[in-house]
Amino acid sequence: MITARLQRTPLGRAALATRNRWRFFALSVLLATGTVLAAVGLLTASGYLISRAAQRPEILSLTVAIVSVRFFGISRALLRYGERLSSHDLAFRTLTDLRGRFFDRLIPLVPAGIDGSRRADLMSRFVGDVDRLQDVYLRALSPPLVAIFCSVFCVALASVILPMAGLVLAVMLLLGGIAAPALTRWAARHAGRRQARARGHLAGDLHEIAFGGAEIAVAGREEDWLRRATDDDAELLSLQLRDAMSGGLAEGLGTLLAVGAAVAVTAAAIPAVHSGELNGVMLAALALLAMASFEAITPLSQAAAVIDATDAAAGRIEEVTERPVPVIDLDHPRPIPAGGPIRLEKVGFAYPGGDGLLLDRAELELAPGEAVALTGPSGIGKSTLAELLVRFRDPDEGRITFGGTDLRDLDQEELREAVRLAPQDAYLFNTTIAENVKLGRPEADRERITEALAEAGLEDWINSLPDGIDATVGEDGAKVSGGQRQRIAAARAFLSRARFLIFDEPTAHLDPVGAAALERRLVDRRNQGCGILVITHTLADPDAFDRVLELRDGTFREIRDGGPGGRR
Amino acid sequence: MAQAQTRAPGASRQARETQRRLVRSSRVARNHLIVTVGLGFIQAVLVIAQATLLARVIAGVFMDGESFAEVAPLLAWLAVISAGRGLASAGFESAGRFGAARVMSELRQRLSRHLLLNRPGALQDQQSGDLVSSAIDGVAALENYFARYLPQAVLAGIVPIAVLAWVVRYNWESAIILAVTAPLIILFMVLIGLLTEQRTRKRWERMSRLSSHFLDLVGGLATLRANSQAYSQAGSIEAVGEEYRRETMGALRIGFLSSLVLELLAMIGVAMVATAIGIQLADGHLELVAGLTVLLLAPELYLPLRQLGAQFHASADGMAAAERIFEVIDQPAAVTAPAEPVPAPDPARWSVAMEGISYAWPGRERVLESVDLELAPGEKVALVGPSGGGKSTLASLLLRLAEPAAGRIVCGGVDLAAVEPRDWRSRIAWVPQRPTIFAATLADNLRLFNPRASDQRLAEAIGVAVLGDLVAGLPDGLETMVGEGGRRLSAGQAQRIALARALLSEAPLLILDEPTAHLDHQTESELSEAINEAARDRTALIISHREEPIARADRTLVLDGHGLSERVAA
Repeated sequence: MITARLQRTPLGRAALATRNRWRFFALSVLLATGTVLAAVGLLTASGYLISRAAQRPEILSLTVAIVSVRFFGISRALLRYGERLSSHDLAFRTLTDLRGRFFDRLIPLVPAGIDGSRRADLMSRFVGDVDRLQDVYLRALSPPLVAIFCSVFCVALASVILPMAGLVLAVMLLLGGIAAPALTRWAARHAGRRQARARGHLAGDLHEIAFGGAEIAVAGREEDWLRRATDDDAELLSLQLRDAMSGGLAEGLGTLLAVGAAVAVTAAAIPAVHSGELNGVMLAALALLAMASFEAITPLSQAAAVIDATDAAAGRIEEVTERPVPVIDLDHPRPIPAGGPIRLEKVGFAYPGGDGLLLDRAELELAPGEAVALTGPSGIGKSTLAELLVRFRDPDEGRITFGGTDLRDLDQEELREAVRLAPQDAYLFNTTIAENVKLGRPEADRERITEALAEAGLEDWINSLPDGIDATVGEDGAKVSGGQRQRIAAARAFLSRARFLIFDEPTAHLDPVGAAALERRLVDRRNQGCGILVITHTLADPDAFDRVLELRDGTFREIRDGGPGGRR
Repeated sequence: MAQAQTRAPGASRQARETQRRLVRSSRVARNHLIVTVGLGFIQAVLVIAQATLLARVIAGVFMDGESFAEVAPLLAWLAVISAGRGLASAGFESAGRFGAARVMSELRQRLSRHLLLNRPGALQDQQSGDLVSSAIDGVAALENYFARYLPQAVLAGIVPIAVLAWVVRYNWESAIILAVTAPLIILFMVLIGLLTEQRTRKRWERMSRLSSHFLDLVGGLATLRANSQAYSQAGSIEAVGEEYRRETMGALRIGFLSSLVLELLAMIGVAMVATAIGIQLADGHLELVAGLTVLLLAPELYLPLRQLGAQFHASADGMAAAERIFEVIDQPAAVTAPAEPVPAPDPARWSVAMEGISYAWPGRERVLESVDLELAPGEKVALVGPSGGGKSTLASLLLRLAEPAAGRIVCGGVDLAAVEPRDWRSRIAWVPQRPTIFAATLADNLRLFNPRASDQRLAEAIGVAVLGDLVAGLPDGLETMVGEGGRRLSAGQAQRIALARALLSEAPLLILDEPTAHLDHQTESELSEAINEAARDRTALIISHREEPIARADRTLVLDGHGLSERVAA
């Protein structure tokens, strides 16, 4: 039944996804409950101890109380230590589980399942949301459980001493555990919604000021932008004032109930002392019990906010992972053909909701040992062709064959071993140059890697680096130039044993001399029997290629046939 | 980045100074602190009053057999005090949040003013670009510091002392126990802070590296898939995560020991007070009401101290953020404004000459070395050369967005160093390499240089810059919101908009920085007409990395590793 309820919310589904960790979760809830109850025990026992002591009994008769006070004090500290360790351990395990799980879900969706210019934003938000979910147990699910367990225990204990006190305490705990967090949650949601827009505006202003500042300054419009930022700031501030008030109100209610509980329980118990129903020696213990029992209630307000935030994060993650998978393999794919050309047969392709057909009954043949250039204006569908060739997408009409076999009948992963795409703006991982190149062929040794880098024209640069191929490239290749990045990506392709290499815009960031030099190096690879397709909007050296094609109106036209050496 | 990874051991002293500076440098922050301290005192008084009255009621009923009616007035007072504590904590919370909001607002405005007036275009230098990004991100971390950590620190400073002062009146033995354990807790907290600061920073760095391992995999997933490596890399998530967990748990087992000591001190403090009071009560040396008051107050003394420990990260993160923000605010102005500026000379009448100009971006090799360049009025000069050769830097110097390391720029006999930079910039129209599209309507974006341009001139500029199709295709035409949050435009469209901006400007000097970079041939030839039109009747500097500039030029200059040279027409 609990499973069914959890299944209904994104947060619950995320929690269920890591349910194999329930033992760790149970342990940390148990320890957290123990921590609170030890504090309850400490104060209750202390209250009893001094009341009993005030009756001036034999010191010896106080021993049990004294020992329990010390026992509770020490066990509280030890339990807390254990609780912190186990909850951190759980959070690390959960995070790793969630990362692995969502990454697996993401793999088949990239790149074709997540289209659009904001893919990078989407991805970084995705990562942030997954990180946020590590709190799912620790700060969202654990506090309510601990609060329930502790409250039940405290109410039961109070009821044993005096039923009326138990009742009053139960009412106060319920109010404190439900009304105060609900008010906090309402205030936070309210604030979150209203402030999000204003915060967004303000962040936009700051960003423009920081990064468009030169243009604003040259236009002499500094005051206009500063005024806008000041206005947006004032708007946010007025919202924040109101939200600070409602947030304060919620906090105040929580405090009122927590400190009022001790007073209320005492007041309720006084008549019982007079009627003899309650031994007066227990009065202080009851008051202190009421005070201590709120320790488990106080974190609930924060937990409510965390539940909302993690639920929203889990929802956003699902929005991504629940997208349809664009390319699905057969259950029993056919083996990769031993050789032969890649052929487009009457291929048609259009983006759903896009501006018409990008490919319209397109025919193309790419033979091993041949170097072909494909040009055409940006946005015409060149990169889409590249993605079709490695089966990041499947065509809408017609078919693409490799050695006579329809790509749809092949295993994607195996196909990409044979037909390798160096995508536009290739990604560099934050590791060494060698590791980045090695991606092309994980079993390659250092010698082969060095060779591939030399083949891409990076020999001099590598030699000039103190760490050589073990130099790091920085976050997303921040330490290398645009041209070096593209050559590293080329080296990655060279290292592979693929029979076809497709380069998407390999020279976009190079000056004409550099672009022509790199194009020649890519073309040279055909001498090893590779088929080469270079996709570019500006071709630096058309003469280097065997054929130059142009993509226009959905079909390919040959705009120059035969290179200096003729066709091979 | 790299420079953040090494930190001097004096980091905590630096943090203290930053803290002081944060409060001292702003009146708003000071007021926030004063209000918080005031409310902290009220809370302390209420805490003490409540404990004292409650002890009195319990002792009265239990020891002296007072009836409900007898203690009723006290109970009423207790109800009032509870309400008062509710109100005080409401006020404390509201004041904390709002105070933090005001401090942040002031800081944001300081940051904006500094960035826009003193260092416009900080991004041109990659390093300061990163710095600015992290400063902007840091504003949120600092808000937490002011809303959470600071108020808690104030409470921790007031409540224990007030409680202790009250306890002394009743029982000095308990006071001694409290007076010894509480400072020990603070001492331990400081020690832990000092010992773990370094380790914590390292841990956070590792943590962020681990987190960036995942970000890296997700960001490069398309590349991984193209190389058939996605599934094999998926396994590394678990391996890296597990390795990190084991390593961190090892460190935490020791790290949490210190907080175990802290917790033990607090708990044993309460237990010792209870035992000491109990024994004194049994001996008849103490009244129950006094003992109970002390017992009720003891946990209240430790509570704010323990909660302060929980805010350690808010404090550390906030300080790191503040350091980043100050680092940005402390950067000197990019261009020194003259004390007694002379009016800007008119490039339409005089030629602009760079004489022996040298420049190096901070911490890097010189990109320009003794460059001489003259732009005669009305002359169109093309500047070509390989990427990274310093062409854009030259434009920045000419725009007075950066100060040359050596040499001067002269126009009509006036050294531009003597001219107010804003005054000089008003004479220039500029098409940057990566134009910014501001979050505004398309029309407002086009009118950047000339907000008063007539609709007719706007329409002309749209025609020349080949923007007609774009405008026609937009739902609200020129009134469509573009930029962040609005309609996104391609790089080519942004470059056309930048050209249209320049067309609308009436400035006599035009600087075009790679106006057709990243465009295909067709678009490029479409735009060359617009470029010629923009350059007509003006002095123009056209920068390009291509061999041949795309617009008609009177002369072509080459800027490469060897300096500036004139290309002789073939």
